[in-house]
Amino acid sequence: MKRLYKVELATKLADRVYEYWIHAPQVAHHARAGQFLILRLHETGERIPLTISAVRGDAVRVIFMAVGKTTQELATLRAGDSIKDVAGPLGKPSEIGKYGTCCVIGGGVGIASTPLIAKELKEAGNHVIGIIGARSADLLILEDEMRAICDELYITTDDGSKGVHGFASDVLKGLLNERTINRVWIIGPAIMMKVTSGVTVPYGVKTYVSLNPIMVDGTGMCGSCRVTVGGETKFACVDGPEFDAHQVDFAELMQRQRIYTSQEKVLLERFAEHQCRCGEGGHHHG
Amino acid sequence: MSGSLSTSAGAAKGATTMGDRPADVRVRDFKEVDTGLSADEAIAEAERCLQCKKPLCVKGCPVCIDIPAFIREVAEGDFPGAARTLKEQNMLPAICGRVCPQETQCEGACVLGIKETPIRIGALERFVADWERQNGAELPKTARPTGKRVAVVGSGPAGLTAAAELARAGHAVTIFESLHEAGGVLTYGIPAFRLPKDVVKAEINQVLALDVRLKKNYLVGRSVSVDELLGYDAVFLATGAGLPAFMGIPGENLNGVYSANEFLTRVNLMHADAFPEFDTPVLHGGRVAVIGGGNVAMDAARVARRMGAKVFLVYRRREEDMPARRVEVLHAKEEEIEFLTCANPTRILGEGCVSGLECVKMSLCDLDASGRPSPEPIPGSEFTLDVDMVIQAIGTSPNPLLVSLIPGLKRGRRGNVVVDENGRTSIPHVYAGGDIATGAATVIEAMGSAKRAAAAINAMLREE
Repeated sequence: MKRLYKVELATKLADRVYEYWIHAPQVAHHARAGQFLILRLHETGERIPLTISAVRGDAVRVIFMAVGKTTQELATLRAGDSIKDVAGPLGKPSEIGKYGTCCVIGGGVGIASTPLIAKELKEAGNHVIGIIGARSADLLILEDEMRAICDELYITTDDGSKGVHGFASDVLKGLLNERTINRVWIIGPAIMMKVTSGVTVPYGVKTYVSLNPIMVDGTGMCGSCRVTVGGETKFACVDGPEFDAHQVDFAELMQRQRIYTSQEKVLLERFAEHQCRCGEGGHHHG
Repeated sequence: MSGSLSTSAGAAKGATTMGDRPADVRVRDFKEVDTGLSADEAIAEAERCLQCKKPLCVKGCPVCIDIPAFIREVAEGDFPGAARTLKEQNMLPAICGRVCPQETQCEGACVLGIKETPIRIGALERFVADWERQNGAELPKTARPTGKRVAVVGSGPAGLTAAAELARAGHAVTIFESLHEAGGVLTYGIPAFRLPKDVVKAEINQVLALDVRLKKNYLVGRSVSVDELLGYDAVFLATGAGLPAFMGIPGENLNGVYSANEFLTRVNLMHADAFPEFDTPVLHGGRVAVIGGGNVAMDAARVARRMGAKVFLVYRRREEDMPARRVEVLHAKEEEIEFLTCANPTRILGEGCVSGLECVKMSLCDLDASGRPSPEPIPGSEFTLDVDMVIQAIGTSPNPLLVSLIPGLKRGRRGNVVVDENGRTSIPHVYAGGDIATGAATVIEAMGSAKRAAAAINAMLREE
């Protein structure tokens, strides 16, 4: 059988952060900003969702942090290796429109989602402001790419090693005080999205966040990814992943993200042991 | 399901459990419960058939298998002939023999059932299909290629059946499946102890061997555009009723609350029971409440039991009102699932994780329109079940994703695709069958509707 989902390029971007280009024509040809894919590495693998970060020809780009077992294992694949299954694009595309001035904010590995959204907003005729933030300068990704797309780009680092010393929310607050911003997108860890989207509430600016709950099928069949938005249960995989930030129950999202913490630990320990035994812990990327 | 009293009375006769592995043994694994008939037993059972001139059993079969003919062939020891007869009408006999509600269909109609027990048609069907699988399957003939292209969306029972029928008529058939495995509910929904996965794979491979193309990981509407789909000469929509319903009670999003779909998918499709050999986890409840009284509820309860839990089945009506196959109810009880009937959950308790299920007792006085008693909560009768996991198996509705993306496709109140008796939708060359058209029903009903739609598609493509 033809092995479809070949890794075309594997690059390490920062500590534990990787950029992979995967040959998946049915995903690449239809992907829009805000959508994700689900991949399964091999027969015993888990299905995990990853945001589609870019598209080129028949290939899609994913950027991920190797924190769980599956992402760590994915990070051991090199160009030419294959992934068993890739399905997508999944989820609703971002609500792109001509709004005026839009702000696209990425935190940490969440920056991966921002170029496609910023690009489509720009193409729709918006003035696009990008804010990308990381813990420190060496963890900041896609700066050049975002600079090329956005009309303005702000950089923040938690430790002040680059750009504004502080958080994206600080920059956003400053901008909101200075001028009219019509729409805001925020993508990052749940806690960062919660805090940052809180900033836009008093200004009444419609703000989207891209939620990342645990998923299985990604097509609306299981309800693993259910989130409460505006008091209603929604399935992030088909009703989202983007939702009105001001309606999202972040506490519940974060609680549900922790369902399998202890099982994940078991997998990681087994994986680390396996890597040691096989002497495969030290792949070089780049 | 039909009237509760007649169903359970008929079922008590039909639901034989004689080939079953002992309950205390089988709850320790996921191997098949029913070991099936031996060749001698099959022949002896087939010899009981009266070979009625006007066989009622055939009328009871949604896919119109020539039941007396295949039973006669079994009685004569002509197992290949019996397999051929079955596959003329049904390409998934090993599956149907295991999961059809025979008690309300063929076996329910068998005249022997009036005075003694009906012929065990399902067990015979399964025997023949298993015999053929083990002794080399014969492929049915296909017509010469017509040059027509047909897209089938979904590879569950309806999609597979339509694909087989269309391929046999000579059309170039492509099945699109969104998951990484084919089979739909046969793969993700029905547990291996009821329907072994190698049986499902073998029958799917039989369909694919008719030169049917299968594209896995393709979610039509997302990975394939609607325009591309409608570019086929004919389209058969069989996307199923996969959208799980939740009760809408407080505490539903606590950790430890599952839809039956999620729980079963994690185990059946992703093999979470074999964690950490397989990477997908599932919570192991010590005490699990399963809500519902259908086949899916029984499946979820019995899976949880096999994973070591003490399981309670909470159902708002009486046991005899349960829509599950009688044999599933019997099996569940044998496996020490505790039935709490006439009880309805009102609230899931817990901080972060589930710590209990509050229920209210239901009074069952008046019969409602379906002939079942209409359950009413008894005020002040609330009680709390001490559980750490809750699985909701209260039904599913048609998958909205693709059908909501097709402009002009008429949909019914419950989100189902509206079709005529031949599976025609509001778009001329688009047909639909199975649960997406009927709402959640049985495997065999999905196959029956797929066969009618395939026949209509064949007729349409011949005329062109």
